[in-house]
Amino acid sequence: MEIDDLERMARQIRLRDLQAVFEAGAGHIGGEMSVIDVLTALYFRVLKIWPDQPKHPERDRFVLSKGHTACALYVTLAKRGFIPEDEISTFLKPYSRLNGHPNCNKVPGVETNTGPLGHGLPVAVGMAKAAKLSGAAYHTYVVTGDGEMQEGSNWEAIMAGAHFGLDNLTLLIDHNRFQQGASIADTNGLAPLRPKVEAFGWEVTEINGNAMGEVVAALEHRGSRPHCIVAHTNKGHGISFMQDTVDWHHKVPNKEQYDIAVKELSEAL
Amino acid sequence: MNAHVPSQKLHDCRDAFAATLERLAAEDETIVVVCNDSVGSSKLGGFKAKFPERLINVGIAEQNMIGVAAGLANGGRIPYVCAAAPFLTGRALEQIKADIAYSNANVKLVGISSGMAYGDLGPTHHSIEDFAWTRVLPNLPVIAPCDHIETAAAVEWAAHTAGPCFLRLSRVGVPDLLPEGHVFTVGKANLLREGSDVTLIANGTLTHRMVKAAEILASRGVSARVLNLATVRPIDEDAIVAAARETGAIVTAEEHSTFGGLGSAVAEVVVDLAPVPMKRLGVPGIFAPTGSAEFLLNEFGMAPEAIADAAEAVIRRK
Repeated sequence: MEIDDLERMARQIRLRDLQAVFEAGAGHIGGEMSVIDVLTALYFRVLKIWPDQPKHPERDRFVLSKGHTACALYVTLAKRGFIPEDEISTFLKPYSRLNGHPNCNKVPGVETNTGPLGHGLPVAVGMAKAAKLSGAAYHTYVVTGDGEMQEGSNWEAIMAGAHFGLDNLTLLIDHNRFQQGASIADTNGLAPLRPKVEAFGWEVTEINGNAMGEVVAALEHRGSRPHCIVAHTNKGHGISFMQDTVDWHHKVPNKEQYDIAVKELSEAL
Repeated sequence: MNAHVPSQKLHDCRDAFAATLERLAAEDETIVVVCNDSVGSSKLGGFKAKFPERLINVGIAEQNMIGVAAGLANGGRIPYVCAAAPFLTGRALEQIKADIAYSNANVKLVGISSGMAYGDLGPTHHSIEDFAWTRVLPNLPVIAPCDHIETAAAVEWAAHTAGPCFLRLSRVGVPDLLPEGHVFTVGKANLLREGSDVTLIANGTLTHRMVKAAEILASRGVSARVLNLATVRPIDEDAIVAAARETGAIVTAEEHSTFGGLGSAVAEVVVDLAPVPMKRLGVPGIFAPTGSAEFLLNEFGMAPEAIADAAEAVIRRK
């Protein structure tokens, strides 16, 4: 898919995500809006995947470590044909496959269960290491939140990824600068993120994570070391009153706010 | 049922674990090891020499160790994660829950030096909570083999069974109790001695003490059944209910806290299905004082003589 089409798809996914969160009365809409451009680039351009064969051994692996933004992943999987689009309306309903955090044994296309933070990157390191052992050609991608980088397990995994020479691993940090309760800078600051990851032996690229062209180029980059993309994003991206405010980590819009948000996203379409 | 006469020679079950794993790995190139700087303590030197590229040492980083193992399983490998039991289970419990059990990853967790094997190193190095921590997790069989024969059989079973498990091994020598060629069946207790007055149930390093206690009881005119209950989950309800109904009293013993372990698991079945008097022996809910595993087990009332006394006391409560 070309950049224009990817941008259009990302807006459609944002709109459906907004509707699902509004109807379910719950979700993590701020972090969903910040990561949707990345998910769109992955599923509609970058990942080598077969929606009708979700366990194909040669598929690229993708792990959404920030599992609380599951709704954005479900909508993306539905648009890409892994699950029926109708099923999005079951999000969070009793016995729905579409839990608040993704389940790999229920939802095709999900590789490992995430939800508790700091889990996805270690698992992705194992996936990439498995490919090195078996000679498989697949690439492994993992998206973490930025607040999640406060988890020590991520730094254990970053150390291991460099030590194992995993040039088949890409970590994208969705750097929207906010965690649940406050800004990261006011909580337990990560800055300077890039030199920290570089010091661990990774190649690091910084991009605007809500600019589709930059996202695609960074994800498609291949080097000789594990690659970390620090993607500067806006929490709530695409909806004016949500952007860059901590309030919208998991707040649900009321009807008036919902109508404004739908209008803004629809106009962009 | 007493046809098999056990040898009194003591075996370190890690040797059977390592030898079996090396044999399986020679047959199946997807078998790999993940460890946390635990090559020596897990007796992985031979594996490392034979399959150096398949020994993945993540260093002292247990959370990453479990996540990496889950990822390796996703990529078609069969990882055996080998680490000291207290750090494997305690440090990485949430990874075990989310990445292994909930994700149903084909990862074999092998806790070495469990219980109080590290005796005088103190409670930080004791793993007397691991049954409680792991047996609440769905999808995760919890297995504590009683001798080197059952250890080898369980390691082999794990390789040929899709899905995760937790094998709880010790470094403390135990005599062989099961016959050579024994085939491990998950969730199935082994009747080691028939009896009608009381049933003694244990696993791991305690099973052979139960056998000795039953011999002492026999000399006192008491007929004790002995069950080896290696699998704490899924538990053998049928064997426990039969023991309760046919012998009317049960004693459990374990190298674990009396809170939440084997005794608790047996008691849950007994209370629900066939209530009879029980006594649960183990570490009585404290951080153990300094001493070797042998000393501490005796100190906590699990010398064979003391187990026999406990059995007679519970029989009097019928």
